[in-house]
Amino acid sequence: MSKNTFRIGGVHPHDNKISRECAIEQLPLAPTVYIGVSQHIGAPSVPCVAVGDKVKVGQVIAEPGGFVGAFIHSSVSGTVKSIAPRADLAGRASTHIEIAVEGDEWLEGIDTTDTLITTIPEDPKAIIEKVKLGGVVGLGGATFPTHVKLSPPPGSKCERVIINGCECEPYLTSDFRTLLEKGEQVVVGAALLQKAMGGVPCTIAIEENKPEAIAHIREVIAKLGYKDMEVMVMKMMYPQGGEKQLIDAVMHRQVGSGALPISVGAVVQNVATALAVYDAVQKNKPIVDNSVTVTGECFPRQANLLVRVGTPLKYIIDYLGGIPENAAKIISGGPMMGRAVANLDAATVKGTGALLFLTEKQTRRAPETHCIRCGKCADACPMGLEPFLLNKLSKNADWEACEANAAQDCIECGCCLYSCPAHIPLLDNIRVGKGFALSAIRARAAAAKAAAEAAKK
Amino acid sequence: MSKLLVSPSPHIHSKDSTKSLMLDVVIALIPAVICSVVFYGWQELLVLGVCVASCVLLEWAITKYMLKKPSTIGDLSAVITGILLALNVPYTTPWWVVFVGAVVAIGVAKMTFGGLGQNIWNPALVGRVFLLVSFPTYMTTWSKPQGLFGVDAVSGPTPLGAIQEGLMQGSTVQELTSAYDYKDLLFANLGGSAGEVCALALLAGFVYLCCRKVIKPWITLSIFATVALTSLIFWVINPARFTDPLFNLLTGGLVLGACFMATDYVTSPMSVWGGVVFGVGIGFLTVMIRYFGSYPEGVSFAILIMNSVVPLLNMWFKQKKFGRK
Ligand code: SF4
Ligand code: SF4
Repeated sequence: MSKNTFRIGGVHPHDNKISRECAIEQLPLAPTVYIGVSQHIGAPSVPCVAVGDKVKVGQVIAEPGGFVGAFIHSSVSGTVKSIAPRADLAGRASTHIEIAVEGDEWLEGIDTTDTLITTIPEDPKAIIEKVKLGGVVGLGGATFPTHVKLSPPPGSKCERVIINGCECEPYLTSDFRTLLEKGEQVVVGAALLQKAMGGVPCTIAIEENKPEAIAHIREVIAKLGYKDMEVMVMKMMYPQGGEKQLIDAVMHRQVGSGALPISVGAVVQNVATALAVYDAVQKNKPIVDNSVTVTGECFPRQANLLVRVGTPLKYIIDYLGGIPENAAKIISGGPMMGRAVANLDAATVKGTGALLFLTEKQTRRAPETHCIRCGKCADACPMGLEPFLLNKLSKNADWEACEANAAQDCIECGCCLYSCPAHIPLLDNIRVGKGFALSAIRARAAAAKAAAEAAKK
Repeated sequence: MSKLLVSPSPHIHSKDSTKSLMLDVVIALIPAVICSVVFYGWQELLVLGVCVASCVLLEWAITKYMLKKPSTIGDLSAVITGILLALNVPYTTPWWVVFVGAVVAIGVAKMTFGGLGQNIWNPALVGRVFLLVSFPTYMTTWSKPQGLFGVDAVSGPTPLGAIQEGLMQGSTVQELTSAYDYKDLLFANLGGSAGEVCALALLAGFVYLCCRKVIKPWITLSIFATVALTSLIFWVINPARFTDPLFNLLTGGLVLGACFMATDYVTSPMSVWGGVVFGVGIGFLTVMIRYFGSYPEGVSFAILIMNSVVPLLNMWFKQKKFGRK
């Protein structure tokens, strides 16, 4: 078995996939759901229902607020109770549509059966349009609207679709379960993406710690007889699932600083997104639910749940037996890049992939000591940066030097902080420098654009 | 569960800490320590004890009373400095001389720079070189190892010292080196400071550190390669004047220096290529000092000189950034 991985840096956290044997199960409906209007990167969506309206599952309740935007659909049937600000998991308020659940009535035209539909529409545009109508966003973490990604700017050409099945974050297993249980749908979804991009080859990248999934997907591809589609076995290495890292691993091309994957001819979608594309195009089913891994050594019941969008976190946790006594931190997502939950009343969004419970001992940071110049952070950085240096520059508020040393390239993977034996909060500080470097770059770009336009007139 | 912890990602950490890494270095030094105690006996034990105890106590006292900061002795780096200093001086060195070495190593070379991570030169080496310059008599009266239960020590010069002396009196290198069996050098049977006597024990520690991924092997290997190559060239040109490569590799603390002193995180370059250049520099300077310098043994000076250019090496040799030219 050939094993592929990216060329710079990376770390090997223990994979801790303790919920890998738990089949995906349907979470019962919550009595009320809260569907946020900013669940994706880009402009918040604009609600198009009013308080008191009756809605069905799959009905559009908010429309895209701009080019980079997405449709949002009701995940339940019932009555709209309120459209008001509500705190997200970090405690920040944003508009949510509150719906009281009544029964489970789906919008006409949505195919809710399990029948596999393998015929691929001929017209790429039709596929992309359906992806847009289905409210599909990247479910690998970035939640970038998928139809935008599938419409490359003029002049750039896609050469390969990569399906990201690495799931390189420790603990997470929902993509793994999806590959096993809905492999056919994922493969058809991949074929749809191939078609949408003009019939380019497709690589499904899966890390070696998921041999069952590798074997199963290979079987499915052979059975369905899709051409130009292959499974690539990846070495276990974090952050393999990072977009730039994965493209480097699969295509041996490095996306430049500030550039998009399409600049090297790649389009990356993750496994859950491929499934959502299948649902949207073949079944007319928009994103109303997604798989969430609920796990942690201290959590009594490991699970992979199919959760309706907008379900309060507390409802999920209570369903599985409540928060364990010794849990100190709840993370939405994986332990390397996930976000700590401050507010249990927050509701899930399309991109919610996991709820992870860590004990104080697992997660408490040790006190910071002097840098011993061991270079471990630089060795670990998958972007080839010098975290110890960026850390110092950020702390000195030397934003120009931050930019000169490429702080803006940081992908916030956390490898540096994870590796530092002196427990220096490298990434915490680098994030600040990155922010300033990015805004400087954006300001310059805006100024240049304004100048160019002024010159034209 | 009372209150949820909220902090930025990442939420987990590797098992490595400064202390765990330093502990690995201490473990890696144990074979050499055992070896030197077995060969030199209780006097070596005394030197080790005084070195380690004074390094740790000095660091503790300086942080507590002079810097008024939390003590840093828990990271074990002072223990390593102590052991390395001990392995770098002859076992016959009086305890107060050893103590002076510790004061220079910890007090001057480490703490005045701000402690671990801030120093430019390897503390143990600074201590050693200070003693070499200030107390040459104690530092150059090396003795043939007599073993743990041995009686009176027979004094004699180290192999390198003997050869330099011999050359000055007009003998050829062949005559002089014929006195040594290289197996003795590997298995610690010749005079020298403790750390110079058992190459195998030191190499075992080095392999352990590489396996545990505490250090990368490139610095050490490039030192060995450079020493071998440079001395090979000289030796082929004039075997009567210059010692052969194997002799240079196995004597004069080269193994100790290459495995444990040149690989010190703080005072060595971070990148692989920086490390290789650093190693080549040390190897070349060592051979030059040995062949042409006034001190028979060049490793300490070579490492200290190269320590000074580490900031430059860190600037010149960087990992290529992702997706950039
Ligand atoms: S968080 Fe940023 S600086 Fe740190 S390792 Fe990842 S990319 Fe490099
Ligand atoms: S890993 Fe930590 S201690 Fe090592 S060089 Fe980087 S910042 Fe310094």
